[in-house]
Amino acid sequence: MDAPATMEPVRVIRRHKLATRIWHWVNAVAVIIMIGSGAMIFNAHPRLYWGQYGANFDHAWLELPRFPGWFTIPATYNLALGRRWHLFFALVLAFALLAFMLWSLANRHFAKDLRVRAAELAPRHLWTDFKAHLAFRFHDPANPGAYNIFQKLSYVGVIFVLLPLAILTGLALSPGMDAAWPWLTDLWGGRQSARSVHFIAASLITLFVVVHLTLVILAGPINEVRSMLTGKWRVPEDGA
Amino acid sequence: MSLILTRRRLLTGLAVGAGGLVAGCDAIGNNGTARDTLFRGEDVHRALQRALTDRAALAREFRPEQMSPYFRTNGSRDPGTVDYAAYVSNGFADWRLQVDGLVAHPLSLSLSQLKAMPQRAQITRHDCVEGWSAIGKWQGPRLATVLDAAGLSSRARYIVFHCADRSGGVPYYESIDLIDAFHPQTILAWAMNDAPLQLGHGAPVRLRVERQLGYKHAKYVMRIEAVASLAGIGQGKGGFWEDRAAYDWYAGI
Repeated sequence: MDAPATMEPVRVIRRHKLATRIWHWVNAVAVIIMIGSGAMIFNAHPRLYWGQYGANFDHAWLELPRFPGWFTIPATYNLALGRRWHLFFALVLAFALLAFMLWSLANRHFAKDLRVRAAELAPRHLWTDFKAHLAFRFHDPANPGAYNIFQKLSYVGVIFVLLPLAILTGLALSPGMDAAWPWLTDLWGGRQSARSVHFIAASLITLFVVVHLTLVILAGPINEVRSMLTGKWRVPEDGA
Repeated sequence: MSLILTRRRLLTGLAVGAGGLVAGCDAIGNNGTARDTLFRGEDVHRALQRALTDRAALAREFRPEQMSPYFRTNGSRDPGTVDYAAYVSNGFADWRLQVDGLVAHPLSLSLSQLKAMPQRAQITRHDCVEGWSAIGKWQGPRLATVLDAAGLSSRARYIVFHCADRSGGVPYYESIDLIDAFHPQTILAWAMNDAPLQLGHGAPVRLRVERQLGYKHAKYVMRIEAVASLAGIGQGKGGFWEDRAAYDWYAGI
């Protein structure tokens, strides 16, 4: 194999700030434990309702089989221990997100990297980016450090919509918080509605995790994982 | 080729990693120090709630048309003991509620004495730890009225509810602190949905402690004991489910 004489040197850029890297891994652990322990709690009553109340004799809009043991924390049925995991890591999830948000406002990560520009939402731009994704090209060769529009939308969606939604609906499930802050339940139209929205938010976060991991693998897992550990990211040679 | 192998290896790695995570979590959940750390979450939630919210906040009360059409039972449906059957057979005429422990005047109250006290009625939502909710109407004297009549000692820190039902031979009991004991909505309910409490719902009297989960609402209450410490009662964790399966003692979460 002949190496072209004019091959460009490997370009390494600083991609992720320290705050982003720390939060990413703390949040990754918290989210996975929240999904597993949440599935365990769901298994105690795998029916969902809309409104203030809902129990076995009321109409459930969704009834699912129980999640299998490989998906739940703990692996065998134990509601009390599932709750211990869930409630401990709820604190980690919520306070880590709060710290990350404040830090990312201060270091301008949100403003510089996640701000969606109107031009990026133009149908033509979306279509071009979509075709690039199908060809496994995820980066703009002219500006490889920038997130593409689908990355921006999914990160903004998770950070500013889905995670806060999961936290607020989770708080609304607490009878103590409901008494203190009734607006928390009113936002969703009742505790059982909050429980349904909590489940939907968790499902969408799970979907994000699956798509995110798939794209990390497709984009080059070693380079991607290293960049989230050290901050340094090698620009793919083909500009992909 | 090498790319495919890498991906396959990675996917296998992820699957093994996920399995390892669950196994790791199970190991942590059974390990002493890690388990203690995990269990501290309950204290942090309680401390945050008590620090950031109004301790006297009332649980929402609903209108009659918002009530559940059917309020399911849960836990014991009937204590099934000879003594309890005897109380049922004569309509709880011989039943007495004992109030003792760290009180100046221990009491022995009949059902009609409880009914003669000032009453509170409330339509509230009952939230089971399993996830379901039901809305019903409850009526009875405030626990505060009973404790005041008994003259609670300043050394008392918890109120313990000893119940007639047993599970696996172990008597059911529960406990709350004085913040919840003197809360206006904490009542000894003898009526539910405008009728005497049914057997399945804890006749003749059950506790309503509206800002906590269902297992705190002790049914078939026989004796109320004021104590300084929960050590020495049951296995010392403050309740039947807390002892048996490590459920949170503070169930306002």
